[in-house]
Amino acid sequence: MKKEDFDLFADMVKKRSGLVLTSEKAYLLESRLMPVARKLGLKDLEELAASLRNKRDEKIMETITEAMTTNETFFFRDQKPFDQFRQVVLPHMLKVRANKKSLRIWSAASSTGQEAYSLAMILSEEAHKMPGWHTEIIGTDISHEVVEKAKAGLYNQFEVQRGLPVTMLVKYFQQKEDRWQISDKIRGMVQYRTMNLLEDWGPIGLFDIIFCRNVLIYFDQPTKSKILERQSQVLAPDGALFLGGAESVLGICDKFKSVESQRGIYIPTVCPADMWKAA
Amino acid sequence: MSKTCLVVEDSRVIRRVTCTIMDGFGFKCIEAEHGQEAVEACEKEMPTVILLDWNMPVMSGIEFLRKLRSMPKGDTPKVIFCTTENDFSHIQEGMAAGANEYIMKPFDSDIIKSKLQLLGLIENT
Ligand SMILES: C[S@@+](CC[C@H](N)C(=O)[O-])C[C@H]1O[C@@H](n2cnc3c(N)ncnc32)[C@H](O)[C@@H]1O
Repeated sequence: MKKEDFDLFADMVKKRSGLVLTSEKAYLLESRLMPVARKLGLKDLEELAASLRNKRDEKIMETITEAMTTNETFFFRDQKPFDQFRQVVLPHMLKVRANKKSLRIWSAASSTGQEAYSLAMILSEEAHKMPGWHTEIIGTDISHEVVEKAKAGLYNQFEVQRGLPVTMLVKYFQQKEDRWQISDKIRGMVQYRTMNLLEDWGPIGLFDIIFCRNVLIYFDQPTKSKILERQSQVLAPDGALFLGGAESVLGICDKFKSVESQRGIYIPTVCPADMWKAA
Repeated sequence: MSKTCLVVEDSRVIRRVTCTIMDGFGFKCIEAEHGQEAVEACEKEMPTVILLDWNMPVMSGIEFLRKLRSMPKGDTPKVIFCTTENDFSHIQEGMAAGANEYIMKPFDSDIIKSKLQLLGLIENT
């Protein structure tokens, strides 16, 4: 691929989504954009680049951007954050929200929905501790395709076997021919919508818990800072932020600090840390 | 003490593939062609984990599992069904008979890894 074509695609994707594509990723770009070019009836990426130079078609730019996202995810990914959610963060919330009896959770970059549905399944398991509570889980992602898949809640045999205990499969899914659909009850607990973390979030409200896992890793430092900064404004002062295993706030955003002996969990700097020790 | 895995499966090819995968996760594998052979293996020594097919000659997987759970120390091995019997009713029947996990064939090493992690048999990395 010609350097100027690579740069054209990479700049556009970066501007629209924050995803950084370095030149070693040229092979990735080629393998993901070839199908896009073919679908448009174009011979190769050179023609795709030429068509973009000729006309910056919004729909095509969106398709290219979505094609460059990595959507890999699975139920209860890494297990530990979900154990922490259930054993540490939820008990804390049950205490500090005992009067309000409300809990709002955001799965930012929810991909095909496994993360948000995992949280919904945990809430369902813990429901007996939360009589009369109002809970809300919102899943957002830049890609329309994955959001549609998340809403449908239909997964293939491989997807329901990675991370998901079979007891949960039997309890919360129905078999639909060769696929598995999450139950209406769990599906009804989550709302999915497309949203770009780089753009205006609209009236999204205040959250108690934010899962923002395995997405910041694709961004450059200024983009990470900006997103974390804005997330600090929509997280309650006694709330918690979960990042992915390879992500941290360290040196990127001083609005959050880590929690002692709880790797991966971050809390607003303004929150006294002993509040969590007590939980 | 090393972790052991009993692979109960009538297809030699699948047995070999499964053993290679389990080998990679640090398990010493023992093979059985059907339930009866598996019972004999367990009488000698209970393995850490058993990967169990459903349909086999001589003694089926579910028969073996019921028998195993009634043997002395028969509650110690973690049992993972590994089978093409992939419908809801089979899964429920397998779990009711005392299986700890269920893998639907075809599977890959990521799925086996994930299930071993869920059962606490290997580290979650
Ligand atoms: C690897 S998945 C992570 C899914 C899940 N959070 C997890 O940890 O398994 C990353 C997701 O981030 C989404 N994404 C990338 N850039 C984004 C942006 N600017 N705004 C919103 N979502 C974005 C991608 O579409 C993709 O679905």
